[in-house]
Amino acid sequence: MTHGPGTNGLILDEPLLWEKGKPGRVAYSMPTRDVPEESVDDTLVGDGPDFPDLGELDVIRHYTRLSQWNFGIDTGMYPLGSCTMKYNPKINEKMAATPGLASAHPLLEAELSQGILKLHYELQEYLAAVTGMDAVSLQPSAGAQGELTAMLMFAAYFRKKNEKRTKILIPDTAHGTNPASAALCGFASIPITSGKNGILEPVSVEELMDEETVGIMVTNPNTLGLFEEQIKEITDIVHRKGGLVYGDGANMNAIMGMVDIKRCGIDAVHLNLHKTFSTPHGGGGPGSGPVCVTEELAPFLPVPLVIKTDQGYLLETDEADSIGRVHGFFGNVSVLIRAYSYILSMGPDNLKKASQLAVLNGAYVKARLMDTFELAFDRPCMHECVFSDSRQQAFKVTTLDMAKRLIDHGYHPPTIYFPLVVPGAIMVEPTETECKDDLDTFIEVFKAIAAEAEQDSERLHQAPVITKVRRLDETQAARKPCLTG
Amino acid sequence: MKEIDELNLPGDIYYSKEHEWAAKEGEVIRIGISDYAQDQLGDIVFVELPEPGSSFERNEEFGTLESVKAVSEIYIPVSGEIVAVNNALEDAPELLNEDPYDNWIVEVRPTDIDQYDELLSRDDYVAMLKG
Repeated sequence: MTHGPGTNGLILDEPLLWEKGKPGRVAYSMPTRDVPEESVDDTLVGDGPDFPDLGELDVIRHYTRLSQWNFGIDTGMYPLGSCTMKYNPKINEKMAATPGLASAHPLLEAELSQGILKLHYELQEYLAAVTGMDAVSLQPSAGAQGELTAMLMFAAYFRKKNEKRTKILIPDTAHGTNPASAALCGFASIPITSGKNGILEPVSVEELMDEETVGIMVTNPNTLGLFEEQIKEITDIVHRKGGLVYGDGANMNAIMGMVDIKRCGIDAVHLNLHKTFSTPHGGGGPGSGPVCVTEELAPFLPVPLVIKTDQGYLLETDEADSIGRVHGFFGNVSVLIRAYSYILSMGPDNLKKASQLAVLNGAYVKARLMDTFELAFDRPCMHECVFSDSRQQAFKVTTLDMAKRLIDHGYHPPTIYFPLVVPGAIMVEPTETECKDDLDTFIEVFKAIAAEAEQDSERLHQAPVITKVRRLDETQAARKPCLTG
Repeated sequence: MKEIDELNLPGDIYYSKEHEWAAKEGEVIRIGISDYAQDQLGDIVFVELPEPGSSFERNEEFGTLESVKAVSEIYIPVSGEIVAVNNALEDAPELLNEDPYDNWIVEVRPTDIDQYDELLSRDDYVAMLKG
């Protein structure tokens, strides 16, 4: 059968640190005492923390072995749909580690922090240029916080206008965080069902949009990887009722330099710098979710704002309508530096090309696999494509089984069972950084797994079979989580 | 997952388009999820129940089910007041997978009993599942 990069190798076992070591082992040498011995108040003396006794080599091997069990984009293909696991060029790491930037102290006065403030200011300008929007805040530390920031701004905007709006429209293809962000601002989510083509129909928005509704939260391209072709009609409908449109920029990697978000009628959009602008992510952060808005919403942006004056770059905190701070200091600065480095090293033409190649790769995977797996919507896709397991169900093989089998071949599984509108969804986002040869191998492996589903379904139920640990009991882990070491 | 003809769908209760079941027990209506719903969700790991005494309008979300695959809302098939919730599900959500009919989720005192008769019969529900 076709093989991916996955193979059997020697995998070294490693216990928990608490199960290692012996009393007396140490990884340091105390300097010789050169002051007279003094007694210490008894109340200050007690047992030390319960740390294992380990030598330096014990510690180094422990963490090196754990790192070898890890899987990341530097190890192999990571087609996790909706997550944009693209390669992160190492020059970004080098820039973020530049001592003048890495050691910049956030409490230092603006006149002594001109370099890092310039970086903030220029990054704001670049993100405004990429989206077509007028003003930017770099503070939010993740996509969901960017959403929340935008929703707080929408709420402030309507408060200022003395309008009471209590509902917000959210399509059934939205990320789960959208309704959560809206709820935190007191807006009730009104779900909108997408049309037969997997995209929103203006008529459904028209039916629900009224003067008690804040507006709509739209992800474009949506989570089916489809471009919301009628976005302008939709935003016009919302604006006619005095509402605002929030754009979830999670899928910006498909449209950089191709789509002018402001001309689509979006009033606020967040960007996931850690996805689109290439910084390492996954495993909980750190991320960065700047918010880009129109001129009309700019007064509500979080403070401090980085502004440019004749005296240099300054931090502006005196904005009467601002929603205030959403993050300590100025956001996750190390992610901002990486994104700035990525944008400058790519340049506008290559950013556009990155999106074009991301879409081309998504379309290629779709075209090559659509004979093997059922396509959720058979129409042109953007940077990702969504299949289902409906053909494999005849052999009692599910999406989960096939995702686990991909692990045996050395691939991170795609996103599965999301979006919820597709039962048994398999969402593949190859990104622009996989070359055609590697995509071809992945495609051949995935086809071989589908063939295996017909011939040897039991093997798929067992998968993964060559990994260090076999299929984990996810049910038990969720029902009876063990949260201590 | 089960084929439609493998599903356990009792004929003496009613079903909703959102895959809940409803059964009249004297003054109240018991509500749970169908075998199809539990099978599609997979292993259920968490159940969020409403407060007894709260009221919901027909098709309104009254709770949440979390499975290893997804988080799903549960919708009330008839308007009314929650008179009892099945607290056993909080500690043992797997009961919904083991027997979705013995293990009801809530009991509702309906405000409009006609809504009960408007629900789907077993045959209508099977026809809907077959699309």
